[in-house]
Amino acid sequence: MRIGMRIALAASAIALAIGAAHAEEKTLKIGTEGAYPPFNNLTSDGKLEGFDIDIAKALCDEMKVKCEFVTQDWDGIIPALQAGKFDAIVASMSITPERMKKVDFTNKYYNTPPAIAAPKDTDIKGVTKEDLAGKTIGVQGSTTHFNYSEQTYTDSTIKPYPTAQEYQLDLANGRLDAVNDDIVVVQQWLDSPEGACCKLVGLIKPVEEIHGKGAGIAVRKGDDELREKLNAAITAIRENGKYKEINDKYFKFDVYGG
Amino acid sequence: MSSAVQNSEVVDRPPPQARGWPRERVVGNALVAIWALFGLGLLLFLIRAWDPELFAKYAPLYLHGIGVTLSLVAISIVLGAILSLPIAYARMSRNSVLRALSYAYVYFFRGTPLLAQTFLIYYGFGSFRPFLETIGLWTFFREAWYCAILAFSLNTAAYQAEILRGAIESVPRGQWESAASLGLSKFLTLRKIILPQALIVALRPYGNEIILMIKGSAIVAIITVYDLMGETRRAYSRTFDFQTYIWAALIYLSMVETLRHGVEWIERRITRHLKR
Repeated sequence: MRIGMRIALAASAIALAIGAAHAEEKTLKIGTEGAYPPFNNLTSDGKLEGFDIDIAKALCDEMKVKCEFVTQDWDGIIPALQAGKFDAIVASMSITPERMKKVDFTNKYYNTPPAIAAPKDTDIKGVTKEDLAGKTIGVQGSTTHFNYSEQTYTDSTIKPYPTAQEYQLDLANGRLDAVNDDIVVVQQWLDSPEGACCKLVGLIKPVEEIHGKGAGIAVRKGDDELREKLNAAITAIRENGKYKEINDKYFKFDVYGG
Repeated sequence: MSSAVQNSEVVDRPPPQARGWPRERVVGNALVAIWALFGLGLLLFLIRAWDPELFAKYAPLYLHGIGVTLSLVAISIVLGAILSLPIAYARMSRNSVLRALSYAYVYFFRGTPLLAQTFLIYYGFGSFRPFLETIGLWTFFREAWYCAILAFSLNTAAYQAEILRGAIESVPRGQWESAASLGLSKFLTLRKIILPQALIVALRPYGNEIILMIKGSAIVAIITVYDLMGETRRAYSRTFDFQTYIWAALIYLSMVETLRHGVEWIERRITRHLKR
C-alpha cells in the first residue's frame, strides 16, 4: 500500500515536471554572470541590469519570445549552458577559438579593447611587458584577460580573482600594482567613488587569438536555429536604432567596434 | 557452576548465519553492482579521454596545487593544534571569564562558514591598510598565503579545542580522584593518566578534522591562493574538459583515503592493550 502510494506520488511529480517543461517551451532562458558592471550586474535589490541585459531583452522582443534570466558564476557558465540550465549566454563572453570548441557563438554584439589600471601614484608608464616587469597584476580568472596577462606579462606575478569586484578591492587596498580588464569595466569603476584610488594607464591592442572577435552570445553546439535567430535579431536591432539607444544609455562612444 | 560455563558458551557462539538469498542480500548485491558499474564507467571514460598533451601541460600544475593544499593543511593543523591547547584549557577552566571568552571563540568559528572567515580576513582586514601599516602588520596581511594560514588555523583551532575537551572529559572523574589520592600532581595526572586515554578517544575526530580541512581548503582560490582546486579550475577554464575535475576528485579521494588508513593504523597500534 505504502509503496503503491509512493509510486503514485512519483508518477504525479514526473507528470507535473513534464507539464511544467511543456509550458516553459516558449520561454528562452538566458544565462549571465551578474557581477560585471556596466555590462551585467545585480542591483542592491537583486535585479539584473546592464548593457548585456538590455541587449538581451531587445533581442527577445525582436524574436518575439519571452526571456528569463539565470545568474551563474563565471567559472561554471559554459558547463551550465551545456547542462541545459539555460539556452544562451549573454554575459560579455569573448568569441575565442578555445570556447568555440565547446559552444557555438553568434556574431559579436560589441567589441572593446582591454586596458590596464593602476593606483594614481604608480610608476608604471605603459602596458608592455617591460613596463609591468616585477609588478603584481590582478585579473579575473578564466577570462581572456587572464590568458593574455599570463602569456604576455611573464615577468610579473599574475593573481586570478573570482570576479572583478575582488581585484578592484585589492587594487584599492594596495595588494596589487595594476589590474587588467576590459576598458569599459575599468572605466566604469574608475569613475565610481570606489575607483578614486586609481587611474587608467593605457589600452592594450587586442590579440585575436587570445581576445577573440569581440563578445558574442554563446549557444549549445549545433543549436543553429537559435543562433540564426539571434544573429538576425542582432542585425535587426543594429538597423532599427534599438542598439544605439541602449549603447547611448551606457556609453559615450559606440562599443560595437570596427 | 558447569551449567554457567555451558551457558556462557552458548552466548559466546552466535548461531550460524542463514545463507540463501533474503531480500537484504539481493538489494545489497544489486547496489554493489551499480557502484561497480559506475566505477568501471569512470575508468573507461578516463581511458577514452586520455590526452597525453593535456597531461604533460597540466600534471606539473596539479602537482604544484597538491603541494599548496598539503602544506596549507599541514601548517594550519599544527598551528591550530598549538592554539587549541589554551582554548581547551579555558573551556574547562573554573574562571567564568575565560570560559565565556573561549566559548564565544569556539561558537563563532564553528558557527560560521570557513569561506566567510577567509573572505573576512583577506578582504576585510585589507580595507584597514593604513591602520595595519601603523602597527606593522600590513606585510603579514598583504600576502594571501598568510591570510589563508591565519583563517584556517583559527578555524581548525576551534574544532580541535572541542575535540580535545571532549576527549579529556570522556575520561571518568574517578581517574583524577584516584590519582590525587596517590599524591600525584595535577599536571602529572594529566600527562601520564588522562591524556593517554583521552588521545585514543580523540584520534578519530582528529583524523576527521584533517580530512575536513583537506576538503575545506578547496575554497582558498577565492583569495588567489592556487591550490589543487584552483589549478583544476584553471585547467578546466582552458580546456573545458570535465576530466580535469574527475582527476581532482580522484586526487582528493586518494589523499583522504591515505589519511584514513594512516589513522586506522595508528588506532590499531595504540589500542593493542585493549584487545582481548
